Amino acid sequence: MIWDVDLRQALVHDHSRFELDVRFVSDASRLVLYGPSGAGKTQTLKLIVGIARPDDGRVAVAGRAMYDSASRLFLSPQERRLGYVFQDYALFPHLTVRQNIAFGLRRGLLNPSRSFAAAAVERWVEAFHLESVMGHYPHQLSGGQRQRTALARALVNEPAALLLDEPFAALDKRLRQHLRDELKELQEQLRVPLLLITHDDEDLRVLAQEVVHLHAGRVAAAPPALEAAIAE
Amino acid sequence: MEAAWVALLLTLKVAGWATALNLVLGVGVGFAMARLRFPGRDLLDAVFTLPMVMPPTVLGYYLLVLIGTHSAIGSWLNHTFGIRLIFTWQGAVIAATVVAFPLVFKAARASFETVDPQLEDAARTLGLREVAVFSRVSLPLAWHGILAGLLLSFARALGEFGATLMVAGSIPGRTQTLSIAVYEAVQAGQDDTANFLVAVTSIVCIAVLLAANRLVPGRVALRD
Repeated sequence: MIWDVDLRQALVHDHSRFELDVRFVSDASRLVLYGPSGAGKTQTLKLIVGIARPDDGRVAVAGRAMYDSASRLFLSPQERRLGYVFQDYALFPHLTVRQNIAFGLRRGLLNPSRSFAAAAVERWVEAFHLESVMGHYPHQLSGGQRQRTALARALVNEPAALLLDEPFAALDKRLRQHLRDELKELQEQLRVPLLLITHDDEDLRVLAQEVVHLHAGRVAAAPPALEAAIAE
Repeated sequence: MEAAWVALLLTLKVAGWATALNLVLGVGVGFAMARLRFPGRDLLDAVFTLPMVMPPTVLGYYLLVLIGTHSAIGSWLNHTFGIRLIFTWQGAVIAATVVAFPLVFKAARASFETVDPQLEDAARTLGLREVAVFSRVSLPLAWHGILAGLLLSFARALGEFGATLMVAGSIPGRTQTLSIAVYEAVQAGQDDTANFLVAVTSIVCIAVLLAANRLVPGRVALRD
């Protein structure tokens, strides 16, 4: 199994209580988490990556156990080596595109220099056509360039799987279409398992091999229209 | 006039050491208070801010009780290392550090709170150890605000009078800082010396404030 997820977490926010209870198992190398906003999609992703702590449950990705409350296993996000692309990309505003992409390659207490060079960096820069903006800071980039920089930053580390939180939400329609195809091609080429959040039907149609439908913190049966969209 | 230069150098030495200590203490405590959630956090914040509102003489008295020769800490330092803090320039450093601490601590806490926790999470998913997350993401993003706080604390330490007088006294050439020398000169009717000392102090303080103003966050457009 590529995805083996069984997580529970109670969240209290401003006196309202939200119960997350998500269970799914899948062998799809492109799996989509689909659902309305507030369904707990982002929180589920954070729990899988390890930057939030569940109350109990189990997570295994690509055959590797990451979390298991029964055996008190909790790998830190550093140990999980999962690539995570945040919804607003979370690029480091004080670093250039080159430094952002090289960020995970440089160990130690200092950031990579502005002229940091490595084969892995050049590879993704070329693949994503970022050569001309390598010295730019994130606020100087277009939406598409930001998204590609965030993707390159995650891929440089050769993650065991790639998790993306609404990767196309901040982009206009034409660019979205283009990057969607690009991501699909990339996944087929790298064979890296992909889990992505969306509430866009078009994302589902192009990218999903399987879909997990999330509603109010729980996995719900997918509406027939959705199933039809994927089968297409 | 030579006495004035001696006092100026001593003052710069004391304020410099106090600022260096506050860089470590203020940034450390500020970061902890910005990121950790624990019961009694608000009370602790109030205690750390106390030196800003309390009369310096009261602080000086507390310090005497705490590190004086007859206190537990003071006699331990004296017997183990032969260090005496009372009536020494090191004592003046302690006094200036405590008085100026809230300026660094407050600035550091506020600056760290503006750093998006998501950026720290992103660094973790990219494999960085916690120390590296701090040194490569949190600190550089909070740095401008911290630097402004440090310069203010340096200016505050330069002008320290009450607590320093209580702890270190007024020994010319050893613990007599600028502000205390001004007081002594006026008391002794040496108007020329007093005028000179006041002019020197004013120029140094204005220079520090000008530098601090240039570093106030918001001037530099780093975030997007």
